[in-house]
Order: sequence, then C-alpha cells, then structure tokens
Amino acid sequence: MITTSGLTKVYRARGREVTALDGVDLHVREGEVYGVIGQSGAGKSSLIRCVNLLERPTSGTVTVAGQDLTALAGRGPRAGKELRRARSRIGMVFQHFNLLSSRTVQDNVELPLEILGVSGRERSRKALELLDLVGLADKAKVYPAQLSGGQKQRVGIARALAGDPKVLLSDEATSALDPETTRSILQLLRDLNRQLGLTVLLITHEMDVVKSVCDSAALMERGRIVESGTVSELLATPGSKLAGALFPVGGEATGEDRTVVDVTFHGESATQPVISQLSRTYNVDISILGAAIDTVGGLQVGRMRIELPGRYEDNVVPIGFLREQGLQIDVVGQEPVLVKEGAK
Amino acid sequence: MTWSEMQPLLEQACWDTLYMVGWSTLIAVVGGLPLGILLVLTDKGGLLQNVVANKVIGQVVNIARSMPFIILMVALMGFTRTITGTTIGREAAIVPLAVGAIPFFARLVETAVREVDGGLVEAVQSMGGNTWTVVRKVLVPESLPSLIASTTTTIVALIGYSAMAGTVGAGGLGDIAIRYGYQRFETDLMWITVGILAVVISLIQFAGDYAARTLHRRGGRSGAAPKLRLLKAATQPAGTGLPPNAG
Repeated sequence: MITTSGLTKVYRARGREVTALDGVDLHVREGEVYGVIGQSGAGKSSLIRCVNLLERPTSGTVTVAGQDLTALAGRGPRAGKELRRARSRIGMVFQHFNLLSSRTVQDNVELPLEILGVSGRERSRKALELLDLVGLADKAKVYPAQLSGGQKQRVGIARALAGDPKVLLSDEATSALDPETTRSILQLLRDLNRQLGLTVLLITHEMDVVKSVCDSAALMERGRIVESGTVSELLATPGSKLAGALFPVGGEATGEDRTVVDVTFHGESATQPVISQLSRTYNVDISILGAAIDTVGGLQVGRMRIELPGRYEDNVVPIGFLREQGLQIDVVGQEPVLVKEGAK
Repeated sequence: MTWSEMQPLLEQACWDTLYMVGWSTLIAVVGGLPLGILLVLTDKGGLLQNVVANKVIGQVVNIARSMPFIILMVALMGFTRTITGTTIGREAAIVPLAVGAIPFFARLVETAVREVDGGLVEAVQSMGGNTWTVVRKVLVPESLPSLIASTTTTIVALIGYSAMAGTVGAGGLGDIAIRYGYQRFETDLMWITVGILAVVISLIQFAGDYAARTLHRRGGRSGAAPKLRLLKAATQPAGTGLPPNAG
C-alpha cells in the first residue's frame, strides 16, 4: 500500500548538510498497522512527511496505493493539483492535533470536505457520521478548546477520515496523551483499521504503541531502517533489537556455574508447556529470571529468561531439546549477544 | 467663544475626522492585509518563499513606516493631486493617511499571522489544500482576534495622524485644537476637543477589545472566566490605546 524506495532527505542550512533519511526502503502492506519506532532525530518525522510529500524527498520514490507521488510532485516547492488530490486521499493525524481553534468540532471535520468541494448538506452529514464513529456525536457544536486531549485527537482522527482515505498516517498521535487516553486512542485506530480496512502507518517513540496495535514494525536509527518485519518475524530474528525492546527480560545469573538462556516464543510453540517438559525430561531445576509474554496480533509471543544449573557445556542437551521444540534460544554471555536496551 | 459658537465647529470637525479616519482605515485594511500576509508567505520557509519579493516588500514597508507623517503628506502631494485632483481638503488628506497606514497595518498583520501555529498549515496541506486555502481557512480566521486588535490600533493611530491633516485644510478635531486652541488662545475649545478625542479613542479601543475578546473566547476555556475578563476590560482606563507615535 505504501512503498518507499531509496528515500533520502538532506536538509541544507547555512552550508551544513544534515541527512535525515538515508536510503529508506519501507513496505507497508494493505490493511496492516505498521509502526516505525526510533528516538528523536532518527528521521521518523521526515519519513512520514515524505510519504504525503509534505517534505519533498531529496531522492527516491514514494508510492501510495499504486500511485507514484514523487512523480506527481512536479518542479518547484509548491504542490500541484495532482499531488493535492492524492494528499486528500491520505489521512493524517498529528501529535498536537492541529485543530482550528476558530472552528467548532463539526466545522473542523468538515474542513477537508470543503477543500474537496463537497456540498454543505453532504458535508455536515458526513461530519456527524464520523463524529459518531469516533464517539463524539454530542460534541459537534463545541470548540476544540473545550475538549480534553483525547477528545481532540478523536476529532483529529475524524477529520483525517473525512476524505475516505485508504491510508492513515499517524505522526506521534498519542505522544501528548496520558497512558489511559493513549490506550483508548490506539484502540480506536485498531478498530478503524479493522472496520474500514484502513492501512495505518504510525511513527512513535513509545514501544508500548508498537506492542499494542502494530502488525509490523521498523526500527529507525540515524535515518536508516535497521530492522523491520512483522512482530513475530522480528521475534524470530536472533539478536533483534526491536524484539528485545518489545519483550524486555532482565536478570543476572545467580552464581558462577549457572547457564542463563533466553527463550523466545512465537506462534505455535508458545502454547506448549515446554519449560515443565524440559524439567521433567532432564530432571533439571529451572529458575525463571524474567519473562514478557503478550498477545500481539492474536498470536502469543514473548520471551523468557531462564537459568539452568551448571555451565554451558553441561547444558548442551537440554538446550538442544528446547531448540527442537521450535523455540529460539539465545544463551546469554555466549554466541550472539542480545542487546537488551531497545530504542526507547 | 460661547458654546453656541463652538458647537457647529465641533460637529463639523467630528464628521471630518470620522470621514478621514473611516476611509483611510478601510483602505489601510484592504491594502495592508494582503501585504502583511505576503510578508509572511514570501519569508524563508513560507509557502511562497521568495527572498527577493520579501526583501523588496519589507524595505518598502520600512521606508514608509519610518517617514514622519507630516513629511509623507508633503512628499505625496503630487500623487494626491493625481488621485483626487486637489491637495487641499479632507479627500486629499485621505490619500497620505491611507498610504501611511497601509505599511503600519501590514506590519501588525504580519506579526498576527506569524503567531498562527505552523502545524495548522501543515494539516490543511495534508488535506490537499493549496496556498489560497491556507490563507482563507487558516491564516485569516485563526489570527482574526489579533487582526481586529491590529485594526483598532490602526484606527487610533490614524486619529492621531488626522490631526496633522489640518495643515492641508482637511479640518477635523486636531485642526480645531491647533487653529483655535493654540493659535487663537481659545483654551476652552482646545480642552473640549482633547476631551472628545479621548472619549472617541476610548470608545474605539473598548469596541475593538470587546470584539477581539468575544472571538478569542472560543480559543480559551468557556465558562464564567471570560465574563470576568470583560468586566475588567470595561473598567480599563481610557487612553491606553494611544500609540507612542500618535500626533
């Protein structure tokens, strides 16, 4: 649904060049919620603004719903008619809501329809329908200043949906909200994604956002995508930073002659009682040092850190057993070292 | 001088002042609003970024702003004659008043429009709006309370300028104060005109503040607080709106 290839954005200011995007290839499938996570300055904002060409990429292409937007852009800094038309089919919600304070809630939702040239009666019908969809039917006539942050973002979402977009871009939509409101807004995005078949590309710096709504995720660092894939693909990737950050497990070995093992569950194996099987089969005592198991996209996924008595050499067989069960095993302090600190 | 002698003089003067200020305000708003918006749009990072145009408009505005009104009036005599056919009288005074007020208002518009959150512009662009949509749906409506306050300031400044228009025989309250009060030692008449000016300016300032606040209230929290603020506005001392360069 959204594909960027070789996307590069270089800002030039007073002779200095800052590379915000350094060859980003992103592929968002139709109907999925895709999260791009990264620290401030990683290039997330530039990326999402390049998708609807609010920022003109220095090089590379952006294709949304089969349409090459970079080809529509034309020359010069101003957006041509074709590009504006394409933008109107891409909804966008913002961190600071960006509602017009001089207009009522209903008039705010009607704004994109005014731009599209929809007639007055049709506009108000559509606006009221959308406000009902986001649960604010009773707030149509009030001004944004009278709403709470969560309600403002609901208006922002209703407004973004006014043009019947197939794609919704969310620029840190929950970053200005408290945790509870964040959950309700994410739930709304998830519902809209399912009900309307809306493809959602969201950027965030909060791991919880990715964990609670995203089907796929990408990690950005210094203008590049360093990891990407569906959540279970990421979990299956040894040493994945994203998986580590999504499912952080801690805990140190309790003694010298102990082996610490990180077990990653994804898909089928998560439903098997492997730990107790291991304990019974090999007659070993297993301590659980930490665990993070969750349901992501309907699948049980997660990681667990366990401790086995004896050194690594003594535990080759039990570890082999775990591997046979289709689990991903990373021995802490051995082989591929897991990076525990995620992009937070 | 008795009151019956003063009354017709004052009445005529009031009308002359209103006439000059009214027309010149109208022209200043019509000319200054687009100019001020253009100053923002053509600036670096603006929607119509154009460094050359921005510098040129900025310089023209600065030169016009820095010129004392009385000099501007004399300097513009040729231009005034071309437009009105005369350099004397209230119609003739409107030309320099308007020319002086356009850049003044344009700078105030620029400041007001700059205050509008860039995120709103981005939001409208993301909906597929063009520059004209941004101006019409965002920049002007969102800065309307400030624009009204700017208009009030401009009117008050123009009342001050219009006093000098007396030098081209335009009449008006300022003219009466100078000709009768200063040159003929009719101190009473002078104080009356000063009083009338103070009252007129206070009324305009109050009306402007009221309109700006009423509009701005939507942006703030609703409830009892705005009413309290309105009461405060009503009791503000008169003359607070006098700009430093009036008169």
